[in-house]
Amino acid sequence: MYTQALNAQEVHGRPVVDPAEEARGARFQARIDAEDRIEPNDWMPEGYRRTLTRQISQHAHSEIVGMLPEGNWITRAPSLKRKAALLAKVQDEAGHGLYLYSAAETLGTSREEMFEQLLSGRAKYSSIFNYPTLTWADIGAIGWLVDGAAIMNQIPLCRCSYGPYARAMIRVCKEESFHQRQGYEIMLTLCRGTPEQKAMAQDALNRWWWPCLMMFGPPDSESQHSDQSAKWKIKRFTNDELRQKFVDATVPQGRYLGLTFPDPELAFDEASGHWRFGTIDWEEFKQVLAGNGPCNRQRMKQRRDAHAAGAWVREAAMAHAQKRARRAAEAAALPEAA
Amino acid sequence: MTTTSITLAETPLLALVLRRADDALILGHRLSEWCGHGPMLEEDIALANIALDCVGQARSLYDYAATLDGRGLTEDDLAYRRDVGQYRNCLLVEQPNGDFAATIVRQVLASAFLDPYWRAMTASADPTLAAIAAKAEKETAYHLRHSAEWLIRLGDGTPESHERTQAALDDLWPYSGELMESDDAEAELVRAGIAVDPAAIRPAFDATVAMVLREATLTAPAAPWRQGGGRVGRHSEHLGFILADLQYLQRAHPGATW
Ligand SMILES: [Fe+2]
Ligand SMILES: [Fe+2]
Ligand SMILES: [Fe+2]
Repeated sequence: MYTQALNAQEVHGRPVVDPAEEARGARFQARIDAEDRIEPNDWMPEGYRRTLTRQISQHAHSEIVGMLPEGNWITRAPSLKRKAALLAKVQDEAGHGLYLYSAAETLGTSREEMFEQLLSGRAKYSSIFNYPTLTWADIGAIGWLVDGAAIMNQIPLCRCSYGPYARAMIRVCKEESFHQRQGYEIMLTLCRGTPEQKAMAQDALNRWWWPCLMMFGPPDSESQHSDQSAKWKIKRFTNDELRQKFVDATVPQGRYLGLTFPDPELAFDEASGHWRFGTIDWEEFKQVLAGNGPCNRQRMKQRRDAHAAGAWVREAAMAHAQKRARRAAEAAALPEAA
Repeated sequence: MTTTSITLAETPLLALVLRRADDALILGHRLSEWCGHGPMLEEDIALANIALDCVGQARSLYDYAATLDGRGLTEDDLAYRRDVGQYRNCLLVEQPNGDFAATIVRQVLASAFLDPYWRAMTASADPTLAAIAAKAEKETAYHLRHSAEWLIRLGDGTPESHERTQAALDDLWPYSGELMESDDAEAELVRAGIAVDPAAIRPAFDATVAMVLREATLTAPAAPWRQGGGRVGRHSEHLGFILADLQYLQRAHPGATW
């Protein structure tokens, strides 16, 4: 293990910058500027490591918590084809969690530690998963909008300066775009179905639209991490830029479905070629982030319960592996003893 | 008042296909309940894999059953519009997931039968069943291997895991016999070379289970009593709740397309 804590030494409360460190930092930034990929064994500034660990682990947690709202409908999916597709989708999300935890582990934090941060409430996950899935149409809306928003966020991450994260994102993005098409197809089927089904689709759009816009994070005027992340090429577009891209891509899709967006101010601006939208309720966003969304407690409780209920299983697996290793060692020692 | 429920005129072949299809769907449904709640991420993925295989097998079998029925029904009509009394699955597969030990014991018992069963069915004189079997046997081989490995880990793990697993085995053992039961209609198909006699799978089942239990340091219960009735639609109380979940949207919106 190479040292992590020595980039900036604190002496008498004042950071002392070592000239050798400064040169390393400059070389690192030059590599980033040259679009070089940083790999796990390369030197990196402590802040880069910390920022990435936080971002990748939060992303992993989002995949795992995100299994819960959709998992709700696996047993109630309305056809065998939909049931298989939804199960496969939620399974994909578990796979995304797994790659992302592995990518984060290359930065020196173990999966157990990251899990612990999630379960203790110290680590965040995407606010969107704190909203309930009330009807089957929510499964369509999540695929179309939530996976759609995830793709907007994640496509630029395929070019992220950190190699393991960028590579994980390439695989994840392929699957997310499949999820997005599948979700849209559910919405399309509902919108072409009975009046009750169409109403179900409209209701889902009404409930998910604004929370999806919040998925891109606070407005640029208030975002804290963006500047340094942009310099490190972890983040290539600002929150507001990504949000606008998402709105521009999604509004025509919703209109094609014959649905209306729950925003009276939504209008196409000919001059800029963008869809202009109303004001996001950032107070709601803050409340959900602070743990006061409709399902925060329920989601965390489900995760904690699953983890606690599985403790004896994980212990058994470990105990058995130890027994096997001991028996193998004893068997190997036998001829010499004889 | 009209009903959305259907009843099929079960010829021996249709009855056989429904038994296999319902076993696969209900087991897959139970396994799918784990998704997001498994003891570790890897197991969420593995159980979803097995569930997907089961649902896939059920779909092929329902599709064939709908063809045999000949009235233009679909796989979804068969899954979503039959009541408890029309379901033909064995009671084992509808038993609740319980703790992870119960799920694994249920899976080992089911797979120790289904794996050799589908392998033998690849020789069926019915080409559709032979084709379904050829695909299924590859899947069931993995289901058996995965669940048997877990049974060994849990049985020969910690004192707690051993105790939980032995308890699950004691609870579920009486349901295993039904897997190998059949009736006169099925015997007719066996004579025609279309079906394999489930009783003929007994030696393979016994050998697999004995071997896995030995390695797992678990004891097969001596209990001679048996549970059964699923093949003629007499189920445990659990199936009604499964179908209430499974069928609710189709029942609430008759004739809608999803
Ligand atoms: Fe994902
Ligand atoms: Fe994602
Ligand atoms: Fe996804």
